Amino acid sequence: MFRTQKKRALERTNFGKEVIREQDYPDRLNMYLIPPLAEITLDEFEEWALDRLRVLSEIETCLFRNRNMKMTEQSVKPLLEKYLPLSPNSVSGRVNKGSQLDTERKKDHYSHFILRLAFCRTEELRRRFVKAETVLFRMRYLSADVAEQHALLARYNFGWTLVPEDEKRSLQEYLNFASSESTYTPSPNESYFTVPFERVPELVESRKVFVKGGVAYVPASQQLSLILTEFSEKLEKALEITARALPRLDEDDRLLPILAHLSKGFVAPEYIPDNSTTAPGHGVVRASQIDSLVPHFPLCMRTLHTALRRDSHLRYFGRQQYGLFLKGIGLSVEEALGFWRSSFSKCTDEKFNKEYRYNIRHNYGLEGNRRNYKPRSCAQILTDAAPGANEHHGCPYRHFSEDNLVAALQGLGVSDQGVLRGVREDVRNKQYHVACTRVFEATHKAPGVNSPVGVGVGMESVTHPNLYYDRSVQFARQVETVDGENRK
Amino acid sequence: MPHFEGDIEKGPMEQASSPQSSSSVVHELEPAVAAESSAITAQRLSHLNEMFDNDDGQFGLDDFTEDEIQAATAIAETAQSVNIPPPRAIQSSGQQTTPELMEIFYQRLFPFKDLFQWLNHFPSPTPSFTNREIAFTLQNDVYLRYQSFPTYDAMRKEVIRLNPSRFEIGPVYSANPRDRKIVRKTAFRPLEKELVFDIDMTDYDEIRTCCSGAKICNKCWNFITVAIKVLDVALREDFGFKHILWVYSGRRGAHAWVCDKRARGMDDTKRRAVASYLELVRGGAQTTKKVNLKRPLHPSITRSLNILRDSFSSAILVDQDPWKGPEDAEKLLKLLPDKMLNQELKKTWEALPDQSSTSKWACIDRLAQQGVSKSLDARELMEAKQDVVLEYLYPRLDAEVSKHLNHLLKSPFCIHPGTGRVCVPINSARPETFDPMDVPTVTQLIDEIDEYDATHKANESSETLADYEKTSLKPYVDYFHRFVSDLMKEEMKEKRQRSQENQESLDF
Repeated sequence: MFRTQKKRALERTNFGKEVIREQDYPDRLNMYLIPPLAEITLDEFEEWALDRLRVLSEIETCLFRNRNMKMTEQSVKPLLEKYLPLSPNSVSGRVNKGSQLDTERKKDHYSHFILRLAFCRTEELRRRFVKAETVLFRMRYLSADVAEQHALLARYNFGWTLVPEDEKRSLQEYLNFASSESTYTPSPNESYFTVPFERVPELVESRKVFVKGGVAYVPASQQLSLILTEFSEKLEKALEITARALPRLDEDDRLLPILAHLSKGFVAPEYIPDNSTTAPGHGVVRASQIDSLVPHFPLCMRTLHTALRRDSHLRYFGRQQYGLFLKGIGLSVEEALGFWRSSFSKCTDEKFNKEYRYNIRHNYGLEGNRRNYKPRSCAQILTDAAPGANEHHGCPYRHFSEDNLVAALQGLGVSDQGVLRGVREDVRNKQYHVACTRVFEATHKAPGVNSPVGVGVGMESVTHPNLYYDRSVQFARQVETVDGENRK
Repeated sequence: MPHFEGDIEKGPMEQASSPQSSSSVVHELEPAVAAESSAITAQRLSHLNEMFDNDDGQFGLDDFTEDEIQAATAIAETAQSVNIPPPRAIQSSGQQTTPELMEIFYQRLFPFKDLFQWLNHFPSPTPSFTNREIAFTLQNDVYLRYQSFPTYDAMRKEVIRLNPSRFEIGPVYSANPRDRKIVRKTAFRPLEKELVFDIDMTDYDEIRTCCSGAKICNKCWNFITVAIKVLDVALREDFGFKHILWVYSGRRGAHAWVCDKRARGMDDTKRRAVASYLELVRGGAQTTKKVNLKRPLHPSITRSLNILRDSFSSAILVDQDPWKGPEDAEKLLKLLPDKMLNQELKKTWEALPDQSSTSKWACIDRLAQQGVSKSLDARELMEAKQDVVLEYLYPRLDAEVSKHLNHLLKSPFCIHPGTGRVCVPINSARPETFDPMDVPTVTQLIDEIDEYDATHKANESSETLADYEKTSLKPYVDYFHRFVSDLMKEEMKEKRQRSQENQESLDF
């Protein structure tokens, strides 16, 4: 109570241009290492957290829809301005008002820590929270100006060592190779930092840096990757500690209901296969029906099915991807066992039972840790292991060479040059789900019925193989009803 | 002789245990196994005496409970260890290996103590060994996970008792794997494991012409040799790892175990980073050109290219001769960028069919220099040729094996059931001297012990020498032993340094 009075007294005085900031927020970028100390009202507690949650949810949705960074930024920025504005210290020379900055940064600071409480409980929530927060931090860091970035680096010591000039010269030819993906070219006078390679897994993974003796030579301009790793690692550790401390809170009537409400609001955007689209009167899909349902499959599943029929075999990742998809369209575990048994025709009963049966049952949550595995979404398929020799899983728009892709599409009946050109463009821009959506539109044309899925504005795009299947079956049923009506 | 009886008994008894050990009952087997690690009780001994007393020479299979079977096999083992009879009594039935041969191998030749020190990094047991998961595949294909042992002797006894067809090594957990159901869920998680790589000939099947399927020969073994060279130097020079053990997988591949402490502590993200850094050949059955690199090349790739260039003409052009036939030549053309040059090449090769790959390869540059294609970009062609060398020779590793900390991988010195060969270490300094055809098989080793003992009856050495020293397994075990000593020396030095530092800080 006294504290709040003191605050008001402080704010009333005029200390010239600079208002004393209650907690030290020298600039707007925050790594959230120090928890907030002052008091806030319960309403502020809930409201600020909800506002931040809106932003993080939008980020997650964009990631799920495979939007690239630019598009994500476009959708998130308006939300940021509305719910979590963060103004810089000075905009084009004009110094911003002190107390406004203060409130903004305080809200940002507090809302982050409140959400930590809400999302530390399970590993999945923690993972999603860290991912979304890292994307948010990245966006803010990149939109900040160089001075602010330097200030951040100066404030937090990351333990990087500058490479001395003579060492740099001797390694110059190794350091000079330009990374293949980025458009930047290293300037000859650029300074380099050495960091143990474990701190920059992203850069090592894509071979963007020179590595020698376990040490990575990171050019100053690539520091972003280092910072992001630091940010997410520190956040992960903090969340684990928070999770352990949570039971001791003793805030059952005040805070816990709010926190529970918050974590429910963070619904992961995932596609839940709609079992009502299976033919009425049957309820489930039978193994014998699958061949007739193939026209409704997206290209990735068709490829797997064709390979399975051709070779009477599929390797592990193919079985996983296809098997879970079939589970999603309504294939029960008994039907699945029958399906795979008959598809693996060259296999003896004994071998099948030994090598494949357990795994199929495991996918349905009947063995081992009894987890109900969900069919993989497009985002997951695209980021999972790429197919190797003799493997057919993955996303054909990404993993097929262009010629093979066009041949496969023509096999589907897509011969329109415009569509094929569009698909090529999409693949080049790495918009694989758009390509798939385009193909759906092209293969689902009928008089009187509009395709639910398409590349136009306001139309749904394909983000999950089971979504493709469900919409396709839905479309076919609509065509039937329209046909029936027309005949009357 | 007790030995023979024990042997005859074991056959039907092992079959008796299979109905109980169907795949869904794996867990039930475990408590029995754990119980048997302790010494045989007097009660069971007397029980056994009864069994032998009633013996008419007929053993009804239904008469034995699991406990009795365990006890019987345990007794038979003690008898064997006391009086080691000549293995000659067991005829190898022409198969590459039999359960009986494997058991003798485990009893007399498998280097348990070295294996223990390798995983433990210290002379006396630490959690690195006692909390380490071992997974057994029994002879009847039952899979037993989450086994662990307090000492190497306990492990040795258990391996001999279970006589697995193979066993795999997993991570060190935060608690004893056998206690995983008692401990709080969050308190049981994998802590560390060696960084591993797996190179398997299956991934080269689409480009090797000399053999297919399970067969290998010295020509296609070159793929693996070259892969070992490239990966080994990358791991040492780029990442600074020092203790890398390369092991023959028993048939047609090799595994690498990176044992540095730094490597063992890497989490999944970092393992994925290293695996992706080293992976170059990417693509499934439908990808035409699997190596697509932007220039300038990363220094690591340039170094690898220089290593591979030397072997390309002998290992690929001559030994594999992959582009001899007309359809195969098409494959080569698909990897070259210039359409006009490709047309010319195609014409030339159709005129003189079945030219060797060596001459076809040389033809590319010759025609290019003649200027048959005005659109030709010489640099582009050179880069495409480099990509071809990489696609055919650069290591094809199963990245998934390396990416996960808790992945289980077959232990060195196991016997491959298909070939009977021992999974021996490969000298990483000179991988080209390794010949998979020359790797000792279990039958060969047992015969060698017999021979030695027979010819050295009079000598002391037959008694004082360890069995492995009488056989061709000796150099491999010695190599492993040296590797492990080096590893332990370094770990102990580090430990001493750290305790010195702690000491100093305390003093201060």
